[in-house]
Amino acid sequence: MKIDFPIFKRKINGKNLIYLDSGATSQKPSIVIEAEKYFYENHNANINRGIHTLGDEATRMYEDTRKKVSKFINANSKEIIFTKNATEGINLVARSFLRPKLTENDFILLTEMEHHANLIPWQIIAKEVNAKIEYVPVNEEGILDLKKAEELLSRKPKIFAFTHVSNVLGTINPARKLIEIAHSYDVPVLIDGAQSVPHLKVDAKELDCDFLVFSAHKMLGPTGVGVLYGKKELLDNMEVFMGGGDMIKEVYYDHFIPDEAPNKFEAGTPNIAGVAAFGKSIEYLEKLGMENVEKNDKELVKYAFEKLSKIKNLNIYGPKDLKLRQSLISFNCFTNNEKLIHPHDLATILDDYGIAIRAGHHCCMPLHDKLGLSATSRISFYIYNTKEDVDVLINALEEINKMFNKELEVISK
Amino acid sequence: MTPKEMYTEIILDYYNNPKNFGTLDKPDIKFKDVNPACGDIVEITAKVNKNRIEDIKFKGNGCAISLASAEILAEHLKGKNIEDIKKLNKEDVLNILNVDLSPLRLKCALLPLKVFKLGLYNYLGKTLEEENE
Repeated sequence: MKIDFPIFKRKINGKNLIYLDSGATSQKPSIVIEAEKYFYENHNANINRGIHTLGDEATRMYEDTRKKVSKFINANSKEIIFTKNATEGINLVARSFLRPKLTENDFILLTEMEHHANLIPWQIIAKEVNAKIEYVPVNEEGILDLKKAEELLSRKPKIFAFTHVSNVLGTINPARKLIEIAHSYDVPVLIDGAQSVPHLKVDAKELDCDFLVFSAHKMLGPTGVGVLYGKKELLDNMEVFMGGGDMIKEVYYDHFIPDEAPNKFEAGTPNIAGVAAFGKSIEYLEKLGMENVEKNDKELVKYAFEKLSKIKNLNIYGPKDLKLRQSLISFNCFTNNEKLIHPHDLATILDDYGIAIRAGHHCCMPLHDKLGLSATSRISFYIYNTKEDVDVLINALEEINKMFNKELEVISK
Repeated sequence: MTPKEMYTEIILDYYNNPKNFGTLDKPDIKFKDVNPACGDIVEITAKVNKNRIEDIKFKGNGCAISLASAEILAEHLKGKNIEDIKKLNKEDVLNILNVDLSPLRLKCALLPLKVFKLGLYNYLGKTLEEENE
């Protein structure tokens, strides 16, 4: 598998690259990298306007990816909007769907485990009208309090936005069930699929979510491409987001008439080459089969969880029931006298071994505060990772553990 | 120097055995700041006597680099004249630290200096105001 990914030819500090940071962004296979180059070399033109061969080809390639995406998540292609990332998708829904009907008597429902991307867009619009934000609590093991969720939903928030898979805890939230409860109180739901769509089979129709956002770059695709799925009837009735070319039907000096979705929400020239290449990443994932992607991630999490659990003075955060956990593990290492080995120090030393991990608050400061942590280390897996990668990590962690404790002994003498 | 070697030295000399960790009572200078990229917090308290830093302590929650840097800085500043300290810059601190750092980790190393300087300017602002009265 690694052979498909040119980056693994790289040496990091003279060592083979062990990439355990796919939760931040995935690596790209050659077919995706080459697709972008191929587009520029053979089909480059702007879309939706050129009445010439290249313009027609570029438009077809762009729209072809839209069809692939819609099939991938079981939606209609008119319900797929290309954004620059998942963050933009959430901002779009906050601004164009919710803001026009939000008043100071309303509240927005989120959870305590949200990424800043699913927090700040709502804080911005709430502040504008003095609306409130409520949070579904998360327990010490990183699991949402469903009873409290139902209680909050019964008070009819204007929207319920939550992450499908937590980027810190790895928790898979019971999205189907939460959506069902929300809909029983007529509450629309946005799912942050940034950590789920790359790793699990996500079926928008089956979930029945009203909105779903995710990013291409976390699923083998290029950076600068994201997806917002929205139910057609909701998209049609939403306000426009950004204004510009491509999003209009008619324009006059004193007014304009917007086009229908998805064009309505895609103002200006998009990342055409990136979208074309994203089509190839979806093809690659479909060829592998999402059930196999999920299985490989789950096996690695199980293997790593067991090995990490055996390391002295190492705390793992998030669900212990591995059925509830997907693709990633956050942890902290301590010295024998219970002093935290700061994740940034750990990540810097691991880099010496060629191992790339994430260290910090992972864009989840409130969650870290809630768990009483200043920072954590996170390993996240994807299709190219193997058990050997985990073995290299475990060996390095054991060495670092010894190194920190050896220094302690010297000092205490 | 590889990161591993660098850490061994820093940890041995400063991080695990800081002499200046803590808070001073009734400090003349007190300032706290956070590195938003990683959440490291450093607070510095200092006493000034006859334009010299009589005593200085730091407290914090952060990585070995930021805390070792705070310890080294505290050692360096103790007894120094405020006029000389005002001239202290990034390069001076990095020279004292004597390690190679990536741009991201540079922020960790320089946080204590930033905190101290902001505290110092606050203190000088206050005394200037008092002089004007």
